[in-house]
Amino acid sequence: MNPHNKSIEELKEIAAQVRRDIVRMVHAVNSGHPGGSLGCTDYFVSLYFKVMNYSTDFKMDGKGEDLFFLSNGHISPVWYSTLARAGFFEVKELATFRKINSRLQGHPATEEGLEGIRIASGSLGQGLSVALGAAQTKKLNNDNSLVYVLMGDGEVEEGQVWEAAMYAAHHKIDNVIATIDRNGQQIDGSTNEVMGLGDLKAKFEAFGWHVIEANGNNFETLLPALDEAKKSSGHGKPVLMLMDTEMGYGVDFMMGSHKWHGVAPNDEQLQIALQQLAVQQASDY
Amino acid sequence: MKEYTFSEKKDTRSGFGAGLHELGKSNPEVVALCADLTGSLKMDAFKKDFPERFYQVGIAEANMMGLAAGMTIGGKIPFTGTFANFSTGRVYDQIRQSIAYSGKNVKICASHAGLTLGEDGATHQILEDIGMMKMLPHMTVINPCDFNQTKAATIAIAEYEGPVYLRFGRPSVPNFTPADQKFEIGKAVMLNEGTDVTIIATGHLVWKAILAGKMLADKGISAEVMNIHTIKPLDNEAVLASVRKTKCVVTAEEHNRFGGLGDSVAQVLATNFPAPQEYVATNDTFGESGTPEELMVKYGLTENDIVAAAERAMSRKQ
Repeated sequence: MNPHNKSIEELKEIAAQVRRDIVRMVHAVNSGHPGGSLGCTDYFVSLYFKVMNYSTDFKMDGKGEDLFFLSNGHISPVWYSTLARAGFFEVKELATFRKINSRLQGHPATEEGLEGIRIASGSLGQGLSVALGAAQTKKLNNDNSLVYVLMGDGEVEEGQVWEAAMYAAHHKIDNVIATIDRNGQQIDGSTNEVMGLGDLKAKFEAFGWHVIEANGNNFETLLPALDEAKKSSGHGKPVLMLMDTEMGYGVDFMMGSHKWHGVAPNDEQLQIALQQLAVQQASDY
Repeated sequence: MKEYTFSEKKDTRSGFGAGLHELGKSNPEVVALCADLTGSLKMDAFKKDFPERFYQVGIAEANMMGLAAGMTIGGKIPFTGTFANFSTGRVYDQIRQSIAYSGKNVKICASHAGLTLGEDGATHQILEDIGMMKMLPHMTVINPCDFNQTKAATIAIAEYEGPVYLRFGRPSVPNFTPADQKFEIGKAVMLNEGTDVTIIATGHLVWKAILAGKMLADKGISAEVMNIHTIKPLDNEAVLASVRKTKCVVTAEEHNRFGGLGDSVAQVLATNFPAPQEYVATNDTFGESGTPEELMVKYGLTENDIVAAAERAMSRKQ
């Protein structure tokens, strides 16, 4: 069971609050990655408030629960906010993000024991392998729950992703639902300019994956896509959701560019962003 | 010098294979992954008898390390198998982030370490792996000396919670460790008590240290010979107790003099009890093709080299 199981209207409200957290967190330490975090907010909120079966009483082994791994660890703000809002730890701890002695490291880590996190990530290309390993352990344990993993689109330039992609199909790991955040941006520019990714759908299908495409910034289409992904599991093929998102989604001046990949808003920009991210009842930490 | 005998020579990698097979029978949480070197790593028996717990990864070591890290989530104890070179340098960042920093209970099992891989040459003869692995926080580094000790170490690390680097090799070497000797991680094995010089050896150099101890005894020199199978955590107490007695030390390893056992011993001595030390190790060089025996002679890793180093160390005593 999902512990929240929210309606679409409620999910929209939660997503707006998470986006407020993101811009405030990166503003407070003048560092961090707001662009990808804002783009993937609807995905995180969907998983933790609707789709995944899990307990907020965190256990590293995660037996009998759906697991989530974040491979592109730099979008930690959206994960931390979602975990706090979902009940893994107190929301006020978001104020420690990237500060000394914090459990909320710049990139996700297990060393400080932050609830909800099962592997360190940030050095790119490793999360899919980890998720596949966890999925195979679930099979050995006769555990029918699913393993979700998110990667960036620029991240698939790492060779390890393709090692993992080949392995998943060969070993018929059909209890994993991977998602690629296809926002078309990376640090040095658009993916087209930096390293053309080509037809990712065709590439993964050629590797033996079942591929679904979805709009990641629209709950009305994202939730059915996640449902389809879940229904596609258990059929002998690994499942990939190619999720189109807009980097910086929800804050107009952060959208449509790679420039807000790893830059924090200044005081004035923060106020503009918060005005755009209106919620009926703000519960800012 | 105490007498050590052996009934046969065996390769340490077969000790790993035998230990892994034992674990297959005794511990249902143990799983094994291999990157297309099942025969070389002697993992065939495990694969045959426990196929549902054996994962063929293909030639994709980076993926293998990530898979192993993930498999620990849910309680499995993964043992990865490939050559030492591909177990360390090739996948250093995967081990660093997904295994060591994440504190995952993965056992990185590395064969064909060092010069004794032989004819394949320097591309495969890693002499830097101990250094790389001991620098990683949380990582335990073990380099057993013979078949029996490698088998015992393989079984012992399954009981230990945390990442381990287990290093072994290809050639057949004297199998002298008693089959029933308990393997204690982090505990030195005293092979001979002596008073004039301490010889601390690891891996394939342990037997050569025993031979050197005999040669020194024939010259009237009393050598204390110690097998340090665990390079990290180092048995500081055993090292210091011995060198406080003998006042000088030789370290012997099939590894670069930079970053190996010798440097670990030197650090303990420098900060506690400075004493003359001589290294028997490769000297900041890559290896080359040749038979294992030829290579050990050319690169100065024989019993004769240990004897010469012991005499140099003794001559430097105050």
